Amino acid sequence: MSNVHLRKMCITLGGKPIIRDLDLQVEPGEFLVLLGPSGCGKSTLLHAIAGLVDASAGSIEIGGRDMTLADPSERGIGMVFQSYALYPTMTVKDNMSFGLKMAGTPKAEIARRVERVAAMLQLEALLARKPAQLSGGQRQRVAIGRALVREAGVFLFDEPLSNLDAKLRAELRRELKLLHARLGSTMIYVTHDQVEAMTLASRIVVMQGGVVQQIGTPLEVYARPANRFVAGFLGAPAMNFIDGDIDAQHRFVAGALALPLAEAPGPCAATLGVRPEHVHIAADGPLAATVTLVEPMGNHQVIWLACDGHLLSSIVHDAAPYAPGQALRLRIDAGQVSLFDPVQGNRIGTAGMQYACA
Amino acid sequence: MSRRRFTPARAGIHAFLFVAALFFLLPLYVMLVTSLKSMDEIRAGGILALPLAWTVEPWRQAWSEVCTGAACEGVRAGFWNSVAITVPSTVLPILVGAVNGYALSFWRPRGASLLFGVLLAGAFIPVQVMIYPLVRLLAGAGIFGSLPAIVLVHLIFGMPVMTLLFRNYYASLPQELFHAARIDGGGFWRIFLHVVLPLSVPIIVVAAIMQVTGVWNDYILGLVFAGRDHLPMTVQLNNVINTTTGTRLYNVNMAATILTALVPLAIYFFSGRWFVRGIAAGAVKG
Repeated sequence: MSNVHLRKMCITLGGKPIIRDLDLQVEPGEFLVLLGPSGCGKSTLLHAIAGLVDASAGSIEIGGRDMTLADPSERGIGMVFQSYALYPTMTVKDNMSFGLKMAGTPKAEIARRVERVAAMLQLEALLARKPAQLSGGQRQRVAIGRALVREAGVFLFDEPLSNLDAKLRAELRRELKLLHARLGSTMIYVTHDQVEAMTLASRIVVMQGGVVQQIGTPLEVYARPANRFVAGFLGAPAMNFIDGDIDAQHRFVAGALALPLAEAPGPCAATLGVRPEHVHIAADGPLAATVTLVEPMGNHQVIWLACDGHLLSSIVHDAAPYAPGQALRLRIDAGQVSLFDPVQGNRIGTAGMQYACA
Repeated sequence: MSRRRFTPARAGIHAFLFVAALFFLLPLYVMLVTSLKSMDEIRAGGILALPLAWTVEPWRQAWSEVCTGAACEGVRAGFWNSVAITVPSTVLPILVGAVNGYALSFWRPRGASLLFGVLLAGAFIPVQVMIYPLVRLLAGAGIFGSLPAIVLVHLIFGMPVMTLLFRNYYASLPQELFHAARIDGGGFWRIFLHVVLPLSVPIIVVAAIMQVTGVWNDYILGLVFAGRDHLPMTVQLNNVINTTTGTRLYNVNMAATILTALVPLAIYFFSGRWFVRGIAAGAVKG
């Protein structure tokens, strides 16, 4: 169990700055998820922690030791890749013991560790097979096993579940979470899948364009997004945004909508962000709307609504039949909304937020 | 899939292929039958006729008696010379090419693309341009006209294409494999030996086919650099054909030619699939 501390990290690839002045502190035993769209620099950052990409400036500390210039094998890390990256010519057992052999670990110790990890991941029956004889899920389990036998202080995961089908992905996701609970190791996990991020992380780091947008627990990031990007990236369907103004009576006003806020700065222009589950369909609601589309999801329905020129999504948990064209009334849960600066997109206003009205 | 039907178009294709095969096989046929006839029969004419009295005497003469210049010991010596030249001239360029390709595609040292460009340019410069400078260079080093000299020359001329071949092959391997090996603690040579080389078998076969055929069929480099004691079979064959004392022994000449061509021919026959891959992989060389 090691900590990871990045200070003023800059990474340039092919003359293009990918990451600039990034600071990040990963606590021992934490499951940190780097989340962002493709090309946001999250994988590059992970590769830099692993030592596969050189940082052009800044320092990396792993387990209390400066590892900025250390070789990947000396950093006390284990890594799992998206394409599994198993050695095709070696058996599962050889794949798992390769790193230990390179490090000159005694044979008995290698056998002990491989046996232990194989038992943990139910790989005993596969030890003599070659990677080509394994299914995708099995391959990724072997890749995880190969990282685990290193008994490293930090485990790095580079989109490990992206190549698997939906069912296997959910299964391995659960296994990973159990594994983390059992080992208590520090894990850094890169993904663009918000479900993986929400379910696995003890903290999420949301990145875009090489810059950290927000760091927080999954619930914090989901409920109190730091800016419009984070708000829009997490949650499906995405958060609804409505441009309008905060008036002197602490109300958010946009056309027919006038939403009284508990406390708000103002008056100023603002964008209201409201999650679909906080748009309630209620007979006594103050807003009139028309159903445009219904997406049944089994355990819930997503209702798309035209409301005063805006397209809003609402999640309802009843099985009540809704049909396109149907007129109904809405209520927005004022206690659950977010407000953003319409120009910069930063969060504004309500309790404890660092941004004031622009 | 339904069975292919016989159509006029297919008949045309088959007819064309048959004629083309006939056209290219005819010389080989003539060589074979001529080498199995006695000189009297050859003089009697009928270049396409099968031998009346089959004989392997010309083959025996070609292998162990015919004059290759001053000595009259057959092309046997040339055969073994060619083997002695071809084996190291295949193994070394493949090793060097594999290491080059591995370094260029995985380790990507500073200036790798420039280095590769320069190396590639080497593949396009005609051999003849470099012969004289190389002669001076090797003479200066004191190894001109020896086995090491000819092997070194083949290494130099084989390296660009071998490097290209291996670099392109390694570029198709996932970079993550290399990253995994780096984390597992392999250094430059260990990753090469334990991870990359075991994956290289298909491309090594292709490279070996290309290099063996190229080196075996080489004439000019062997003539210039190998020296009197190591003249390859191709040079000796030329001597056999050009050395005439009295009548020209067509049957012996044909037998000697077939013997010389036997190694590349065997490679064509036994590695057809790989050979086509080799041609495709080395398409740049043409």
